[in-house]
Parts: sequence; structure tokens; C-alpha cells
Amino acid sequence: MQTEKRKERIDRGIKIRSDGIYALSSWREITYLIAPRFLLIGGLLAAPLLLHFFPYWQKVLLIICIYALLSMAFDFLANYVGLVCLGGSFFVGVGGYGAALLNKYLLLSPLISIPLAALFGAAFCTLLLLPCLPLRGVYFAIITLMYPLMMTRIIEAFELFGGTNGMMDIQGFGNPWIEQYFLVVATLVFLFALRRLSVEDLGLVIRGIKDNDQSVRASGINITFIKAQAIFYASFLGCFAGAYLAHVYMWAGLSMFALDFSIIPIAATVVGGGGSLLGAVLGAILLVPLSEVLRAFGPLRIVVYSLILTVVIVIKGEGLLNYLSRKYHQFERWVEI
Amino acid sequence: MAMLTVNRLTKKFGGITALDGIDFSIEKGEVMGVIGPNGSGKTTLINCITGFIKATAGDIIFNGRNIRGMKPHKIVNLGICRTFQIMRPYSSLPAYKNLIIPLYGPRARKTGGWRGGGRHGDRNIIALDLLEEVGFERESKVPYKLAGTLPTGYLKRLELARCLALNPDLLICDEVFSGLSMSEIASMVPLIEKLNKSGVTIIMIEHRLKELFRVARRVMAISYGEKIVEGSPEEVMANEKVKEAYLGA
Ligand SMILES: Nc1ncnc2c1ncn2[C@@H]1O[C@H](COP(=O)(O)OP(=O)(O)O)[C@@H](O)[C@H]1O
Ligand SMILES: [Mg+2]
Repeated sequence: MQTEKRKERIDRGIKIRSDGIYALSSWREITYLIAPRFLLIGGLLAAPLLLHFFPYWQKVLLIICIYALLSMAFDFLANYVGLVCLGGSFFVGVGGYGAALLNKYLLLSPLISIPLAALFGAAFCTLLLLPCLPLRGVYFAIITLMYPLMMTRIIEAFELFGGTNGMMDIQGFGNPWIEQYFLVVATLVFLFALRRLSVEDLGLVIRGIKDNDQSVRASGINITFIKAQAIFYASFLGCFAGAYLAHVYMWAGLSMFALDFSIIPIAATVVGGGGSLLGAVLGAILLVPLSEVLRAFGPLRIVVYSLILTVVIVIKGEGLLNYLSRKYHQFERWVEI
Repeated sequence: MAMLTVNRLTKKFGGITALDGIDFSIEKGEVMGVIGPNGSGKTTLINCITGFIKATAGDIIFNGRNIRGMKPHKIVNLGICRTFQIMRPYSSLPAYKNLIIPLYGPRARKTGGWRGGGRHGDRNIIALDLLEEVGFERESKVPYKLAGTLPTGYLKRLELARCLALNPDLLICDEVFSGLSMSEIASMVPLIEKLNKSGVTIIMIEHRLKELFRVARRVMAISYGEKIVEGSPEEVMANEKVKEAYLGA
């Protein structure tokens, strides 16, 4: 007799056994669970190798990672802490100038000046944003938008750090492999570290502030201090990205405070899907190459880019990651009855 | 010396006087009730004592120290904990993870958390213990459910557990019984009694007078931000102004 078959969702058996806490009973199920993560890690790690003969696209990969870091910072602040921060370019600029200064005056090599610039830059950004922490919603957003504008004007007016010309002759990486892998690995490490943080006790407190900050205060916790820590982590990522950029371009200048670094990460987070950090990275992986491909449209590039963005957001407002993971969880297989 | 003394406490919101020179004090170990019609300033009184809003005038002396104008988290860490009338749990977290937040704070760490041990990685266990204490069935799935999906009864208990996590010296409850069924209230009353027996001083704002009078020996009635009367439940209910203002009929 022919065996009958019916369709079954793969994730059902895994999830039902323990109500959200996964219970695995076979290698197939384990594979099912870790495959997406493996795809991301493996894909990013393999990318520099695969792109070896396309130096142009290697640069694009770097830009993807830069924007992935900025998108994570935005997503973290917006969806975990509840602070909508439009100051991505502030972080990039501070990190960029920081690295340039460290390299030029202390002669530190990129691998040292980048982490240091991220550290000092994050401390600097946190300090400057400290007075704005009690602000909420659109007030915080608008103030963070002003910071990069302010920095540009100050640098211009006082002719600081080379004024409008910027700081030139910053040391490059020399070795393209180091240039690629240092950033790719750092991006992955930051991604998983930040995701880890969000389920640690400190992360729960941070998310608590977004849900109900009054209740956190009524629990004896100084929310300004916690928010300052969150800003420090986010600006660390942003400054790291900026510092990297300075060494890639071998230059730090006013365009590091450009609006792109504030706006594109928001688009990436919205397209990819906020609230998981992974979505933000996915968004950057999609949007940055897209904007490169669209260079073929010449002056109409931004128009086409915006159209695509609008369509994606209107049709898949939940974000691509949420959509994909829902579909993935609905995968079916045939089983014998 | 009284644990908490409030002198001539006044709060004005623009032209509205929400609190108009309130005086009272509470001894250690007492349970005191506060009653008054809606809008009479009860929640405002709590907000002033716990630092969530700044009083316009007056003094709040806690254990000999004037705490008026202090930040809310500092006041909590001195030992005054309050529940919120409008409960907004951390809805994206499971119920027991809601308690990690108070357990993370300096007060729980300093006092060793609930029965000692708030310092180390066992906050999850402590949280589950606390939930059991306030009536979450430990073996059931309820403590693991997202707080946003819990019904009112459990949310009130969760709010109480949040305060317990902080080992309060003075607990201020803002209408913890409202919105609960008779049987739910009946199961909450012993909880309050037990807390008081263990040494916690309690101020209870309540509309459910019968249950309130079971636990509170002394009651203060306020109306339009002014104290009308203070005394035993019988004395207060016998007062003409209370009958008029509170019972309204
Ligand atoms: N933040 C505020 N701003 C303006 N008015 C307020 C505010 N909070 C309370 N009030 C006013 O103060 C009065 C007392 O309110 P409340 O303390 O909430 O009363 P109760 O808790 O006794 O019902 C009300 O008239 C209310 O409108
Ligand atoms: Mg009230």
C-alpha cells in the first residue's frame, strides 16, 4: 500500500514542545534553527574572498558594514531604549576626526586608532548628549539632528582640523585583507554582543525604560544613567564606523557630518525591520548595493531609490526580516503518516 | 518619632490647587488608609511624596530627613516604594522578567534583594519566588507569559511584586483593589496583612472601604486637596463632610 503523506510545518514540533523555549530532538531541527544565522555569518565572512576580483565591490562591502553599524546603533536606540536619534552623522564625524587626530598627532596605526577613537568618541558624544537625555520623542530627535550641523559650523568658523579642507594624509590600511576582515568581523561581533546585551539584566532595564520609564524610576534606578550607558554603546558603534571611514578614505572632513549617515540607517532599519538589530543589518546589506547599482540612472538615482524605498515600506511595512522570518517559520515538509 | 511626617504639603497645577496644605504622619508598622472622591488629589499626594512631581510648598520628613525635591530613584532607595494606579507593565517582557528590573536596582542589591541574593545571577529564581509570593501559580505558565497579555488581577499582583522586590520600609499602594473582582480582592487582603506583619509600614489609597477597613486602623479623608478628617474608620465614616463629599448622597 502506498504510504500517505501530509504537509507539516517544521517549526511546529520544535516550538510546541516547550512554549517558545526551543527543544531540539534531531540534527535536522538544529540545522533548521541555525541555518539563517550561519547564512549571515558565513556570507559576510566569505564576501571579501568572493569579491576578491572586484575591488570596487570590496569597497561597497566596507560601506555596507559602515551602514550596518550605524543602522544597529539607530535600531538599538529607537527600539530598545526608545530614543529616536537622528545624530548618526554626529557619531561618524566625531569618530572620523578622532581617528584622524590620533593617527596624525600620536602616529597610531589604524588598528589601534580606530578602537581608541571609538572609545573616546563615544565618551565625547555621550557627554554632549547628556543634557538631552530627559527629552523624548521628536524633541530628542530634533536636538540630535542639530549636533552634526553645529559641529560643521564650529569647525568651519574656527578653521579647526584643517577647516573646510579637512585632515589629509591619514594612514590607510595598506593590506586590503586586513581592511576587509577587521571591519566584517567587528560588525558581526558588535551585532551579536548587542543582541546578547539586550537579554542580559542591564538590557532588560534598558528595554524597561522604553516600555515604562516611570516604573523603572519607581524601582530605584537612575534612568539618566542607564540611558547614558545605552547612548555610549550606540555612539561607540557609530564612532567606530566613522573612524574606519577616515582610514579607508585616508581623510577626515566635514562631509563626515553629512545627513546621509543619519538618514540612510533609518531607511535601512525600516526596510529590514526594527527591533532585532538583525533587520537593521539586513537593511544595510540590501540598500547600500542597491544605491550603487542605481548609479546607472545618473541624476535620477535618488528618485528611483526613493521610489523603491516607498514601495517596499508601503507593501512590507513590518520590515523584510519580520516578513522573511514569518515565511521561514511557515516552511513545510512532507511527512509520512 | 514618626516614620513619615508631611507638613503643609501644597501642590498647584497652574491655577488648580490639587493639594492644599495636607498634614499627616505615620508611625512605623502602621497601616493607614487614604480615601477621597475621584480628583481629590490622592494620586498627587503620592506623586509628591515619592518625588515624581515637585510639591509647591511644604515638607516631607522621612526618618528625620526632608525628602522634598529629591529624585524618585533616590527616594525609593531610602525605602519608600509606590504602586501605580494605572498599571503599565513592561509588556514586551515575560511577567517574571519584569521583576529583574527592580532586582537590578541599587536598593535590591544593597539590601541583598528578596531574602538575600539579589547580587548574583539568580535574579530569575528570586523573581519567580516573588511572583509565587503574590499568588502566581509557580507550576503554571502564567509567570512566563508576556506581561502585556496578563489580565488586570495579575497585573496588580505584578505591580505589588515589583515593590516587594525592593524590600520597602514604607509601601504606598494607589488603588490596588480597583478593577478586581470580589474573590480577587479577598485573596489580596491577606497578602497586605502578611506584609504589614513582616514589618512593612503601609499607606493604602482605596475606594473599596470594606476591605480597606479590614487592614487599616487609621484613615484620612481628603476632598479637593484638603484633609477633612482623620481617625478610626468609624470616626471617619461618621463625619458629616465625608458622608457629603465621599458618599455624595
Ligand atoms: N499632571 C497634572 N497636571 C495638571 N493637573 C493635574 C495633574 N495631575 C493631577 N491633576 C489634577 O489634580 C487633581 C487631583 O488629581 P488626582 O491626584 O489624580 O486625584 P485622585 O487620585 O484623588 O483621583 C485633579 O483635578 C487633576 O485634574
Ligand atoms: Mg488617583
